[in-house]
Parts: sequence; structure tokens; C-alpha cells
Amino acid sequence: MAAPTSDTAPPPVRVPGRTPVRRGPVSGVWRPRNVLVIVVASLVLLLALAVNIGRGEFPISIPEVLAVLFGGGDAGQQFIVLELRLPRSLTGLLVGGALAVSGAILQSIARNPLASPDIIGITWGASAAAVTLIVLGGSGLVGSLAAVGLPIAALVGGLVTAVLIYTLSWRRGIQGFRLVLVGIGINAMLAALVNWLLIIAQVYEAARAQVWLNGSLNARGWEHVVPVGLALVILVPAALVLSFVMGALQYSDDTAKALGVRVNTARSLLLLVAVGLAAVATAGAGPIVFVALVAPQIAQRLVGSARPPIGASLVIGAALTVISDVIARTAFGAVELPVGVVTAVLGAPYLLYLLIRQGREARA
Amino acid sequence: MAVGTAQVAEAPRRPPRSKRSLRTRRLAGLIALVVLLVVVVFLSIALGTKVIPLSNVWSALVSPTGTEDDIVIRSLRIPRTVLGVLVGAALGLAGALIQGHTRNPLADPGLLGVNMGAAFFVVVGIYVFGVTTLFGYVWFAFAGAMVASVAVFLLGAAGGRGSPTPVTLALAGAALTFLLSGLVSAIILIDTDTLDAYRFWNVGSLAGRDAEIAGQVVGFLVVGTLIALASAPALNALSLGEDVARSLGQSVRRTRVLGVVAITLLAGGATAACGPIGFVGLVVPHVVRAFTGPDYRWLLPASGLMGAVLLLAADVVGRLVARPGELQVGIVLALVGAPFFIALVRRRKMMSI
Repeated sequence: MAAPTSDTAPPPVRVPGRTPVRRGPVSGVWRPRNVLVIVVASLVLLLALAVNIGRGEFPISIPEVLAVLFGGGDAGQQFIVLELRLPRSLTGLLVGGALAVSGAILQSIARNPLASPDIIGITWGASAAAVTLIVLGGSGLVGSLAAVGLPIAALVGGLVTAVLIYTLSWRRGIQGFRLVLVGIGINAMLAALVNWLLIIAQVYEAARAQVWLNGSLNARGWEHVVPVGLALVILVPAALVLSFVMGALQYSDDTAKALGVRVNTARSLLLLVAVGLAAVATAGAGPIVFVALVAPQIAQRLVGSARPPIGASLVIGAALTVISDVIARTAFGAVELPVGVVTAVLGAPYLLYLLIRQGREARA
Repeated sequence: MAVGTAQVAEAPRRPPRSKRSLRTRRLAGLIALVVLLVVVVFLSIALGTKVIPLSNVWSALVSPTGTEDDIVIRSLRIPRTVLGVLVGAALGLAGALIQGHTRNPLADPGLLGVNMGAAFFVVVGIYVFGVTTLFGYVWFAFAGAMVASVAVFLLGAAGGRGSPTPVTLALAGAALTFLLSGLVSAIILIDTDTLDAYRFWNVGSLAGRDAEIAGQVVGFLVVGTLIALASAPALNALSLGEDVARSLGQSVRRTRVLGVVAITLLAGGATAACGPIGFVGLVVPHVVRAFTGPDYRWLLPASGLMGAVLLLAADVVGRLVARPGELQVGIVLALVGAPFFIALVRRRKMMSI
């Protein structure tokens, strides 16, 4: 596996146990475990997607699902798969992936495993905007107009809050710690606003708000898939490129600068990517918060890396969301729970299991 | 993984102050807090839907004669004020303790699962047992807080090497919190009546809490406070790192266990009495650290005092802004406290832990 060397360049540095990959100006470390995790998680994701499309009130077998996807099947099956279940499942996949990447970036920037899009205000900004619309919009004509505008309001609410937090924490540069503290302050205000709206609302409005607050994929169609998909296509490659400096950002600012990283620029760009992903995802399906927190942590532990890996987080977040949606839709009979409820109940024990297993390995 | 503590290595160190000036600053800070607390206590007794002149307040305290003002003060305002002081102090102390133990500046008592544990048990109490009174919620909430924090501690210990590390504790707490909040959401979405009762408990408030509720939790809060204050030297040693603390003769495991017991008693008791009140436990230690520095022998008492002042002041404001109704203290705290907190974060270089 000798790396190609030329006569002019100095021989590349070799670190035992870290096989280099070099392609032109780009170089990296070959991490088979990372690739394995991505491949396995992708297979799980595809399986979950097929099951999610197949199961429901009108069960369609997996071969039939595949037939419909490749242009076959009868009209009824085509309608159910192509207009109802496929866009819904894809929304779940994309939203989950976007949130997970956003979480992975934020956890790296804040150097804190508990960081998530919560911190930059996306969740509570979007929630405050959405709940305000639900509660104050009422039920008449204004209410139905408000329902249509809900994703846009959530998007705007999330972005405005993120900009506000970013502006307030800018003082001769952006610093992860200050950003987090300012975020906590703003979020506390918005959360208080939401709680207040919930107690002045009629109880059925409060229930509708609760569904939104938990993140739901109910009645999501192609109009939700397209914007989230576009955001992912643009922002995930950006995240992968920017992630090269994330290793240096783990150190103190001075060390990172000495390693040649433009700390403020890098951090701001990474933040921008994380904000964009989380805002679009939250507007699409409400705050499925836990995905952003748990998927990067699970990915990090499966891959065995020093910080959350972007690619593995993406796939694991997507898989977690789709699997949760299968359960949320079909496991409770007539009652359909918001997907966020299941994500939390499903993801938490797995995170705990990984935590305990890691502790056992450390002791052994 | 070394991502558990957000470390700030910002700016060069300030020139060392002399010991004397540090001591003066700490003493002045503590005295100022005590004076503030006395003022706020009087305001809390005097102000409300009915404003009572200070002379009547004094006579009601010293020589009650059974006038209307005396009854309002002795049966409503005083229990509420006492509860506010106790709960505020408890939350401030619990916040300082949890930030010390996890060495994570983002930690608040909710991190041990206390709030969500209490919320889950309250929701179960409403949904399964049909409990709907504030008095009935107290034991459910307290039991939930206990169970959740013990579970988080054990899970954190299982994830660490025998005793919980800051990172495993934080992750275990976050995981359990999300798990429970998922279950709470599921229940309140299935049953609208439960949602209707729960949403009012979920905004922390001192309203409607009488002497009986204060009596139920006061024991836990006092014991928790004593353990907290006694653990200050151990926390100081622990902040040098576990290995140094151990070589100084500390039993790290015992300190951690006592810390969790104190946090549970304080935060659990406070949540049981008033519902979840965020922000106090998180913010107070940051504010106080500005004048006490990292020494827990000063930080802990100052956090307790500051917590009491903050909670009571917010309660008074809440009573005044929406007369004749009132705004819940949890909401006021966030709306008034957050801008102040942000200003503080921007102005000073925050002390790392």
C-alpha cells in the first residue's frame, strides 16, 4: 500500500496503523471501519425504507413496492406508493440525515456531546413561530391560511433566531462557548413563550401544537421532499469539504490558528451549514430533536473516531428516523404518534447501551 | 473522547489580585446578596394583587391583630415567600453542584433527569391515578425525580470506569431525559385531559402553593442544603481533576454519590413543590462565579442566596405585570433573566470550569 512518491516531493510521512489515501491534492486516512458502518447503515436504511413503504392500512409486499418503483403495479398501488408513502418516507430520510449532519457539526464546534440544533436556536425559534401560528391563528379562514404557512413560518423563525444568537455572540470573533451560552439564554425565552402560549390556548390547539412540537411526518408530500433534498445536495458536500478543518478546531483557538486554520471563517461557515440543514429539516417535519443529538454520538461510537463523523452520522440519522416512522405509523393501531416521540424512545436506550458497553470495555 | 468539558482558554490571564482584595470582593458580594434578599422578601410580602403598605406588613409580622391584611400576609404571602426562598436557594445550589460535578458549564439540575423524571411521574399520576391537585402532584414529582437521578447515576457509572465521569453522566442524563419526554409526549397526545392538567404543572409557579406543600418538601431541601455546603472542600479538590483529588486523600466515589444525593434532594424537592423551573440552576452559578471565583466554599453559599433572590424577584414581577392575574414565575424568569444573562455573557470573559 505504498503511497505514490515523486522524486521532487519529500517522502510522505507515515504513521503506523493509519493507511493514507492520496488523490492529487487531497489526502486522508483510510478508515475501513467508517466505510463498513456507512455500508451497513445504508443497507439498514434501504430495508427500513422498503418496510415503511410497504406497511400500513393497505399492505404492499416488498417485491410489489419494487415493482411500483420501477413503473409497474396497479393504479391503486401506484397512488399509495408514489403519492403517499414514498414522499413521506423520503422526507423522513432526508430530514433525519440533515439533522444528524447538523448535530455532528455542532458537537464538533462546541466540543460538547450535548450540542444540537437546539443551541443555535433553530428548534425553539421554529417552535415559537409555529406554536404562535397554531394558537393565535384560530380555526377559521385565518387558521387554514396559517396552516399552509406553517413550514415557512417555522423556517423563518428558526433562521431569524439563529442570526440573532450569532450576532449577539459575536465579539471579535465567534467562540463556541459564548455561542452556546447566548443560545441557552435566547432558547429559554422562546421556550417560556411556547409554554405560555400552551397554557393560554384552547386545549385542542395545545394538542395540535404538541404534535408539531414533537416532530411529525404525517401528510408530508413531494413539496416537503424537494426543499430538504435540495438543501442536502448543496450543504452536505460543503460539510464534507469543511470537515477537514474540524480536527484542528478541536484544539484551542491558538493551536488551531498555528495549524493554519482560519478559525473564525471556518467556524462561521460550518455554523452556516449546520443552521441551513437544521432549519430546512425543522421546517419540513418539526423538531425531531433527538436525531441530531443521538445519531452523531452513535456514529462516533460505532466508527470509533475522536469526533462525530459526517458521513456515518448522515446515514444513521436517516435510518433512525425512517425506522421510527415505521413504528410511529403502524405499531399503535389506530393512533398515530409523532415520529419524534418514537425517535426518542428508540434512540435513547441504544445510546445508553453503547455508553455501558464502552464503560465495560474501558474496565476490561 | 475528550469532548465532555467545554474548555475556554480565552485571553491572557488577568494580573493576579492580592488575596485581600479577592476576599473583600467576595465578602462584599455576599453581603450585597443578603441585603438584596431581605429587600426582596419584604417586597414579596407587600406586593401582589393587593398592595399592602409596609407599616401594615410590619405589624402583621410582629403583632397580628386579625385584620384582612394580616390574614393575607400570614396565610398567603408568607408561605409563598418562604417557599420561594427555599426553592430558589435549592435550585441555585443544585446548579452550582451539578456544574461542579460534571465540570460542564451547560449542566443544569435537569441534566440528571430530575425535571423529566418528575414530569413523567406526574403525567402517570394524572393519566393512571386521576390525580389533579397540586398537593397530590408533590409526591409523584418527588418520587420521579429520585428514580430518574438514581437511574442516571447508575447508568453513568456503568458507562464510566466504576464511577460516573462527567461525560457519561451528561450523556446518560440526556438519553433518559429524551426517553422520558418521549413517553410524556405519547401519553399527553393520547389523552387530552392529561395534557390539559399537565400543561399547567409544566410551567413552574409558586401560585397556589400553601404552607402544607412547603412543609412537605422543607425537610428534603434543608438536608440537601447541608450536604451541599459540606461538600465544598471536596468539590474544590475534585476540580483539580480526579487523579489529583484521589492523591489528596479524597474518596472520589463518595463525593460523587453525596453530590448526586444533594442535587436530587434539592432539585427534586424544588420541582415537586413548584413544577419545573429552569434557568435558575443554570444561570446563577455563572453570575456568582464572576465575584467568587472558582472556590466552592464561596461559590455554593453565594449561589444559594442568588438563587433565592432571583426566584423571589421574578415571582414578584410576575404578580405585578398581569394584575389581577399573574404570570408564572418560570416564564418571568426566562423573559427577564435571559437578556440579563446574555448581557453578562457578552460583557465579561466567562470563567471556565
